[in-house]
Amino acid sequence: MIDEMNIQEKKIWQLLETVSDPEVPVLSIIDLGIVRNVEIDSSHKIKITITPTYTGCPAMDVINMSIRMCLLENGFKNIEIKNVLSPAWTTDWMSEAGKQKLKAYGIAPPNVSQQVCTPDLFQKEEAIQCPHCNSYHTQIISRFGSTACKALYKCNACMEPFDYFKCH
Amino acid sequence: MNQIPNSQFLTDYTLHLADNALILAQRNSEWCGHGPVLEQDIAITNISLDILGQARNFYQYAAELINQSTNQQDTLATEDTLAYLRDNREFKNCLLVEIENGDWAKTIMRLFIFSNYQYLLYTALQHNKDEQLAAIAAKALKEVTYHLQWSSEWVIRLGDGTEESHQRIEHAIEELWPYVGELFIMADYETHLLNENISVDLSSLKDKWLEKTTAIFDEATLKVPENVFVQTGGKNGIHTEHLGYILAEMQFMQRAYPNSVW
Repeated sequence: MIDEMNIQEKKIWQLLETVSDPEVPVLSIIDLGIVRNVEIDSSHKIKITITPTYTGCPAMDVINMSIRMCLLENGFKNIEIKNVLSPAWTTDWMSEAGKQKLKAYGIAPPNVSQQVCTPDLFQKEEAIQCPHCNSYHTQIISRFGSTACKALYKCNACMEPFDYFKCH
Repeated sequence: MNQIPNSQFLTDYTLHLADNALILAQRNSEWCGHGPVLEQDIAITNISLDILGQARNFYQYAAELINQSTNQQDTLATEDTLAYLRDNREFKNCLLVEIENGDWAKTIMRLFIFSNYQYLLYTALQHNKDEQLAAIAAKALKEVTYHLQWSSEWVIRLGDGTEESHQRIEHAIEELWPYVGELFIMADYETHLLNENISVDLSSLKDKWLEKTTAIFDEATLKVPENVFVQTGGKNGIHTEHLGYILAEMQFMQRAYPNSVW
């Protein structure tokens, strides 16, 4: 019985890898680290726990819906999706594979948060690597980019602008 | 029996935190499409989105508390009923957040004053005995840290900028300072909850707040005003005329077409 549950849970984790983030579609919700737990209880109810990246992230409703659709399509019916706030999401939960995918997509992946998350002003610019030409000779244009989780940068070597997925 | 201690106080306190966030988000979002340059338009609206997220979390929790205590199935409170169907006198936000945006300098100054306050408030609140308030605060604190950085940099840029930018931000300080004092005055519900270790002792935040403000103002070549009259009332539902206009615009749709959804 327990083994069967384990197999089911594994299957669900695999399916969730196919659910992409609506704002950064190159990442799955597993890459992003927002799926915190998958559990099947004794009444065969599937409980999935997810956590938002940012408090006001408008993608959460779509993500809830996509998870539900994906599982329904694969024959799982009794689903409960729970949103939790604690512990708060951090970019350190992003998978290595996720970071590589981001870079290939043209978005600089987040640095390790301990290094850089401080309230200091006019911070020494983080050494952000340009996802196009790999130069570290880059500068910040704006702390806020096209979504809450990104900042806008410019590469001084290849002159291309790019998004940086902020450490958080 | 005693599942929710002081439920009314806790509800009021949660609504106070929610209203602060909702009204400030609404004010900042007025800049959408009107920012001085595209990047800053995007910045201020992203900040609004963060703050609106805080409001939603607090309202959802307040609704839960209300529903637990009333147990009436037919009139369930939700985040939407709390935001869209309460009247002026029921809102418990500080006056500071409802004041009109004015120019960019005034919007920035208000955000700096409030982010500095929120940063300290949430830093304390994240260790709160009430686990849900603590979780919301811990999550929001990361974002408020950005807001504080961003607004501090702008205060310095404007204060230590051109003659006009300096003049404008000085004027903003003059207009906003009467509303600063209220941030640190405990409302009844806060005092009651403090006995239970649930709210935050606001007077303990004031020195740190002033220290940070003074440091940023020094760098911005600005002066912290002294002996300014303190306007109060917002936390107990007595507001300036400005709140009515925000609510009228924000609540119109829900009141004209009840229960409409996106």
